[in-house]
Amino acid sequence: MSWLTNFVRPKIQSLVRPREVPENLWDKCPQCGNMIYRRDLEKSLYVCPHCGHHLRLPAKNRLAMLFDEGKHQRIELPKTPVDPLRFRDSKRYTDRLKEAQAKSGEQDALIVAHGRIGGVAAVVAVFDFDFMGGSMGMAVGDGLIAAAELAVLQEAALIVVPASGGARMQEGVLSLMQLARTTVAVDKVKERRLPYVVLLTDPTTGGVSASFAMLGDIHIAEPGAQIGFAGTRVIETTIREKLPDGFQRAEYLLEHGMVDMVVPRAQLRDTLARILGILRHRGPAGEVLSLVPQTGAADAEPGH
Amino acid sequence: MNFLDFEKPIAELEAKIEELRHLSNSDQINIAEEINRLQTKVDRLLRATYAKLTPWQKTQVARHPDRPHFSDYVARLIAEFTPLAGDRAFGDDPAIIGGLGRFRGRSVMVIGHEKGHDTDSRVRHNFGMARPEGYRKARRLMEMADRFGIPVLTLVDTAGAYPGVDAEARGQAEAIARSIEACLDLRVPILASIIGEGGSGGAIAIAAADCVLMLEHSIYSVISPEGCASILWRNGDSTKDAAEALRLTAQDLHKLGAIDEIVPEPLGGAHHNPTAQIDSLGEYIERNLAELLPRDGGVLRARRREKFLAIGKNGLG
Repeated sequence: MSWLTNFVRPKIQSLVRPREVPENLWDKCPQCGNMIYRRDLEKSLYVCPHCGHHLRLPAKNRLAMLFDEGKHQRIELPKTPVDPLRFRDSKRYTDRLKEAQAKSGEQDALIVAHGRIGGVAAVVAVFDFDFMGGSMGMAVGDGLIAAAELAVLQEAALIVVPASGGARMQEGVLSLMQLARTTVAVDKVKERRLPYVVLLTDPTTGGVSASFAMLGDIHIAEPGAQIGFAGTRVIETTIREKLPDGFQRAEYLLEHGMVDMVVPRAQLRDTLARILGILRHRGPAGEVLSLVPQTGAADAEPGH
Repeated sequence: MNFLDFEKPIAELEAKIEELRHLSNSDQINIAEEINRLQTKVDRLLRATYAKLTPWQKTQVARHPDRPHFSDYVARLIAEFTPLAGDRAFGDDPAIIGGLGRFRGRSVMVIGHEKGHDTDSRVRHNFGMARPEGYRKARRLMEMADRFGIPVLTLVDTAGAYPGVDAEARGQAEAIARSIEACLDLRVPILASIIGEGGSGGAIAIAAADCVLMLEHSIYSVISPEGCASILWRNGDSTKDAAEALRLTAQDLHKLGAIDEIVPEPLGGAHHNPTAQIDSLGEYIERNLAELLPRDGGVLRARRREKFLAIGKNGLG
């Protein structure tokens, strides 16, 4: 399990597979429509070099980008009962799960790793939007609980990076229960006075936004990310209201006081490292807290 | 009385009885007998129908306009009810009512969704769909109850949190998240009763409780059957299938461990005998509250948190 085997090798394999070359060499920016050479896109952390639009960053690239020198260790997440409701719509839920697992090579929509950010011990939990829309069911809830418990154990900061449409409908009320479960999980970290930072990426909506994602000490959002409770389509159809420009975008949330800052991806790591550093390395206690004048200091002071 | 589509045969018999009652002025003995005979038939039919309601039929019963709502329960169960308004930040949201009162002599904080009972009150209470102010009021009242050592009773009855531009602008997601957090942080007992619809985040915002009671024909779900059908089946005709698949009935939720106890409904559902329903829920609340009250606050809080962490480990069993 390393960056090399998880990320580099599949990437190389996908590049050398001749049939897929035409699709994989170029990507189209969904914002400005310009074509972007794949290698440029990766170099720019999936930010369009033409218009600055932030495309969705794959979960593994996110981990590589956040940790010091990209170094991190994945943790194995607990096994969770599969398909508790025996749910089936036009397709069986178990089949949808298998498809997503085969496509991503992951068990579910959350990846957890630990390492250091700016020298500060950190546990990072990243949502994989490609895995059933990053939806949150039992497995994701268990993953977040494991991440929080690891942070407490290691006295590390907890960073969660949601990219999720919300609760996973196929798990019915059990997915709703994740709102309470994940709230308990992040509170464990906060009770220990360890930093809990939420890095809101596109999209963070529904049950995910209505629980742990809005309970951080610090909320950092990526430019243009959709963040909100109800989906825009739901609002439009049920209320028949015209949605204002930029509605539910990161900048809108900043304006409405729901996030601390909107930070472009290129500056994200440094911002995070700085914040964690200030919160965790508070400097020599004597220098900051001492109210007793140091010997000799009063004599040297003129005029008192 | 409003009748649901599957209650049609019952409605027809009830109409016939009503008709005969008007005739019975002409004091014929066999009319009384006929009424008795029909009444037995109605009861038998009601019992048979309500014993095997489908999830979709339960959804209709849970939303029945004549079903007792928050204010009906409070009027009958809570003495000296003193509503408290406002979130101290922006406004008051009448979709969630909260206040102090006495339940069987004991001070309580009561919080719940109110759907309203006629067009005017439904509009005033926004059909029980709360905005951030509602959840922030709930949180404020829970924190106050905690400070005074007063147990919290919540009554859940909402299709969901209000999906509007203003609600989003004022942080609907954050307001719900904080309200869930407030429930889980209390050092006093919190007891939730799902009396009608338990619609998603808007419901669990006040239902992360030590004890979650649910009326026999209520529903509790992550999404409405209509919403689920339109997303997963991509059509509106699969609502019944979605209701089935979501396992949103009290019976399934009890098996899944998402609720603690089912409160039986009177024959023909809560709307057939609201006072009997309200009184019986009162008994269930009293018994469970008596069990929770002697516990130490820290223990209550820890136990509640562990309870939620453990939910869902066994599937449908």
